[in-house]
Amino acid sequence: MCITLIASQEFFAPMRYSAFSVITQALRGHTGWKPAWRKAEPAPHYDVVIIGGGGGGLATAYYLARHHNVGRIAVLEKGWLGNGSIGRNTTIIRSNYGLPGNIPFYELSMKLWEGLEQDINYNAMVSQRGIFNIYHNDAQRDSYARRGNAMRLHGMEAELLDRAQLRKEFAYLDYENARFPIQGALVQRRAGTARHDAVAWGYARAADKLGVDIIENCEVTGIDIENGIVKGVQTTRGAITAGKVGIAVAGASSLVGAMAGLRLPIESHALQAFVSEGLKPLLDNVITFGAGHFYISQSDKGGLVFGGDIDGYNSYAARGNLPTVEDVCEGGIALMPMIGRARLLRSWGGIMDMTMDGSPIIDKTPVGNLFFNGGWCYGGFKATPASGFCFAHLLAREEPHPVAAAYRLDRFAEGKLIDEKGAGAQPNLH
Amino acid sequence: MRIACPHCGPRGLDEFLYTQDASVTRPKDGGAAPTPEWTDYVYLRENARGPRREYWYHSAGCHAWLVLTRDVSTHEILSVELP
Ligand SMILES: Cc1cc2nc3c(=O)[nH]c(=O)nc-3n(C[C@H](O)[C@H](O)[C@H](O)COP(=O)(O)OP(=O)(O)OC[C@H]3O[C@@H](n4cnc5c(N)ncnc54)[C@H](O)[C@@H]3O)c2cc1C
Ligand SMILES: [Zn+2]
Repeated sequence: MCITLIASQEFFAPMRYSAFSVITQALRGHTGWKPAWRKAEPAPHYDVVIIGGGGGGLATAYYLARHHNVGRIAVLEKGWLGNGSIGRNTTIIRSNYGLPGNIPFYELSMKLWEGLEQDINYNAMVSQRGIFNIYHNDAQRDSYARRGNAMRLHGMEAELLDRAQLRKEFAYLDYENARFPIQGALVQRRAGTARHDAVAWGYARAADKLGVDIIENCEVTGIDIENGIVKGVQTTRGAITAGKVGIAVAGASSLVGAMAGLRLPIESHALQAFVSEGLKPLLDNVITFGAGHFYISQSDKGGLVFGGDIDGYNSYAARGNLPTVEDVCEGGIALMPMIGRARLLRSWGGIMDMTMDGSPIIDKTPVGNLFFNGGWCYGGFKATPASGFCFAHLLAREEPHPVAAAYRLDRFAEGKLIDEKGAGAQPNLH
Repeated sequence: MRIACPHCGPRGLDEFLYTQDASVTRPKDGGAAPTPEWTDYVYLRENARGPRREYWYHSAGCHAWLVLTRDVSTHEILSVELP
């Protein structure tokens, strides 16, 4: 009696994942697993509507439901969860930034990553395997030293390794490369990787459990505004009225922004990623090449996961071209010649919302009750937890979270740019 | 993507450098004071889908500046002109 009661309760109530649930499911032949979130139908009205079911939108919905009392919340997603960049990135998480506007934000994100799996009861495979940013000349060493010192001044750890110290960690790098000899590396040991699509699924499941409606295949096609105040959205599944609307569509920021008459400091660009055939354990960490743009780690399935620069010209096609493939592979071979014989298994592209200073925007908009989260460039995966946490704070309290206070929309007009690279108002160079 | 340079004929993408949006125009006044026109010119972009006019430079060829009309949703190049 008691056993059937527990079993039937477990069948209807949201399931908590644990070693116990895995073992009982194994004994039952895995017949009792349920979908991780409901397939919600759109209601006519929500207190908060979030446009975009990527990492940012789902994390926002979760933290809103968890920490703020804002009523009914919906996430409207054009396709399926994980179709955007959240399911396409090279999974690197880190907080080794150099500017005051960025460091506390990315460090909050890192701290949220560290507690994420317990918080949302989902295995996001967060792996703090450390990131090694390799430097190749004196100027680059000095700039990395400056970045490391900025991190330490903000209470974070950072290490600058010289060539001898680095050799002890990795024997296989091409230290004597004629053009790009390796001098050392900046290391953040708490950085690492997380399984990208599990992050979307985990946040979706946790938000759903708190009552958030996650509505897939629901594209927003218009934003209804009356007397300068947002009233709701038009979608491919009908009109929905809303008290507040938050835009979190990353690569589609300008397209959705234009529905509300916003002209944004953003251009959309393609970034590619690559995976090799599965190999025996080879790379324990994340390594980046400083003389070009190349970053690599190894997934738990054994594939080398790597990428480089964006393709460099504006694009809404989620694919890139061959010259970038060549450039990325050249960077890889210059750094670690041993990967030259690994075969490339897959490559794909995603759309990056590149801003004019390379930093994101989390702010109110000139339209009342309409809020904007975007401009993630190619670094929004690591930001996912803090992006959601701070956007939820803004949506609920209508004032910025202290660590995201610099991510204002008017910083361009005001000249208060946050340009880590010092590249200027040229989105394809950030 | 292959670009048909008016001087050199169709060449591979790696010979060219994309530089910027050709649809924005520099304001006439000197820019001594920050104005909404300058903010718009320097920072704000339409970033729509579909055809877009943009400057490319034939850096590994004849060094000509080109104005491409290119569909950013498909990468199809609709025209190549000299500015
Ligand atoms: C190849 C590649 C490698 C990357 N590597 C890294 C990395 O190593 N580390 C890192 O930190 N970042 C990385 N990034 C960047 C990171 O993935 C993105 O910045 C981040 O995922 C963007 O935020 P998001 O997850 O909310 O976006 P997305 O997942 O793109 O979510 C936006 C969602 O909005 C939806 N949408 C769009 N228009 C509408 C509409 N009209 N109505 C409803 N929904 C709509 C889309 O379908 C999409 O699901 C990489 C990206 C790519 C493509
Ligand atoms: Zn030419």
